[in-house]
Amino acid sequence: MTVTATDPGLHPAELELEREGSALRRLARDPAKVWGYVGIPLIVIVSWIALYIWVTGLELDLIEARILTGEMIREAFVQHIRLSLIATVFIVAIAVPLGMLLTRPYAKPVTPIFIGLANIGQAIPSIGVIFFLALPFLLGIGAQTAIVAIIIYCILPVLRNTMVGIDQVDSALIESARGMGMTKAAVLLQIELPLAVPVVLAGVRTALILAVGTMTLATFINAGGLGDIINQGIVQNRDSILITGAVLTAGLALLIDWLASIAEEIFRPKGL
Amino acid sequence: MTDFMIRLEDLTKRYPGQLAVDNVSMDIPEGEIVVFVGPSGCGKTTTMKMINRLIEPTSGRIFLEGEDVTDINADQLRRRIGYVIQQIGLFPHQTIAANIGTVPRMLRWDKKRITERVDELLEMVGMDASMHRGRYPKELSGGQRQRIGVARAMAADPAVMLMDEPFGAIDPITRERLQNEFLRLQAEIKKTICFVTHDIDEAIKMGDRVAIFGNDHKIQQFDTPEMILSHPANDFVEDFLGSGAALKRLHLRRVREVTLTPWPTGDVGVGRHALRSALAANDDHSFLLLLDDNQHPVRWVSDRDLDRTEGSLTQAGLPVTAIVEPHATLHDALDEMITSNVGCAVVVDSVGAYQGVVDIDAVMTAINALRLETRERFAVGSWHGVPEAVGDGGPT
Repeated sequence: MTVTATDPGLHPAELELEREGSALRRLARDPAKVWGYVGIPLIVIVSWIALYIWVTGLELDLIEARILTGEMIREAFVQHIRLSLIATVFIVAIAVPLGMLLTRPYAKPVTPIFIGLANIGQAIPSIGVIFFLALPFLLGIGAQTAIVAIIIYCILPVLRNTMVGIDQVDSALIESARGMGMTKAAVLLQIELPLAVPVVLAGVRTALILAVGTMTLATFINAGGLGDIINQGIVQNRDSILITGAVLTAGLALLIDWLASIAEEIFRPKGL
Repeated sequence: MTDFMIRLEDLTKRYPGQLAVDNVSMDIPEGEIVVFVGPSGCGKTTTMKMINRLIEPTSGRIFLEGEDVTDINADQLRRRIGYVIQQIGLFPHQTIAANIGTVPRMLRWDKKRITERVDELLEMVGMDASMHRGRYPKELSGGQRQRIGVARAMAADPAVMLMDEPFGAIDPITRERLQNEFLRLQAEIKKTICFVTHDIDEAIKMGDRVAIFGNDHKIQQFDTPEMILSHPANDFVEDFLGSGAALKRLHLRRVREVTLTPWPTGDVGVGRHALRSALAANDDHSFLLLLDDNQHPVRWVSDRDLDRTEGSLTQAGLPVTAIVEPHATLHDALDEMITSNVGCAVVVDSVGAYQGVVDIDAVMTAINALRLETRERFAVGSWHGVPEAVGDGGPT
């Protein structure tokens, strides 16, 4: 049953070049990317060390000394990360399945409604969402309210990217999959979703950054986070406190973005 | 119920305000390639997609191996039918092995059996298994992807395969080769194949039977390529065949079916003197065909080339360009012949060893034989053997 045939394919060496063995090898071919991967954390760490040296060299007054303690800062930092991550986990858990559902043909009529709602969530100023939800007869103040507000505010990028990611899958792939007898669910889970992963992850990355930035407002409804420190800096009129809060927040956002970019590289399906 | 692998009964597909397929009935015999051909929008693809129910018929019945499959679970049905589309549709995030194993996985074959089957299929389509099974589709050329598409469709050994313009998106040279390869493969595997194309030449070359669809979404003629070429059923079919029907008939004969003409040959190794006397012994030929140690044809040399003593014999004279294999059609051979510098095509076997040559006389003889053959068949009236053929094309 063997057919002898001259292979019209690529030269083996050419194939070797095209092979995408590992994420590492992919990186090695793109020096600009390598710089991004090493440079960002380097900048963040250097700026944090500079901040530390500067603050420890200052003569702190009573108010500064009360707030700029290791314990206080650590607590705010950890709380900030915790709130942002919890919000993002909920965003992914809600937006990805919802996005999958909304790309099904039968959901086409209601799709604009959901996209519209998500748009409204993002269009209203984030501080408005937070204060509105914190009204006593709604959710009241506290961490849960901050998380819900951030979910509403940041869900759009993940929802939209999930839908775009699934919609951009080549219809020929779906036809050939259906033609071989794959069920609709199997096509969604084995073909459409894996191929949408890079776009979905890009949306998650955007949502994470938005969440980390916006979470600084959580301080106004008593939910903690790095906003506490920034706010104290403003209220107490102490630049050292304000700068510490701002540099920590900015660095955290950069680091999270950096981690997300690595995750994108790792979870991107091979062969794309 | 019947000897037919696929039976279509009064299939109609109507979209709101538009008719796509009008009352098509057809029997597809086991082990044959039936080609659906016609202009755009004639319903050929729709008809094919109704066989595996990617498109559900508005009315009519579909039978597969005698079983009415019009209302059974469509996903289960499709796992019994191979499917190849023009864009191939290999899953880019899966390896070649995973792509080929798609249907066996759904049928819950065990891993070992799937692996063995994948390797067997890769060899069958002429690709080295150990080299390719772990690769991804984007690492392959267009022709290789097409082969994997065919291998994937054959994975669970379906009796029936549907092919929707499978060679449509491939460059002409590769297409020619893939067509020949596929015909050679089909000679071994004997699947029942429903093949859609808009290219009448491809239809004639590939089809055991050809169904020509018209703009009225009905079948105009369903018959063997010979009969369609010699007795088009109506003006539409005649127009669709276009000019050069006689030339197209050369697609119907293969090089292995004609008597090869011998040509004086000489071994590269025997020396100029021996070659010169070999050529001198042949009054009819002014060129000698040089063969290397493996009997592969290498150069055409004339007396004058042999007189020039400088340089190696493998550089003397003209290169052999027109080479065909036995499964090539006479149309291919004629094409090669016309571009060749000595007016004939060299025939080699599957390992490239010299077999003989085909020249223009052989082609003429074959054309005459074909003409005679169809005339005889028409005379005994056996040509309208297929009941659903529409129209009575023969002269009365």
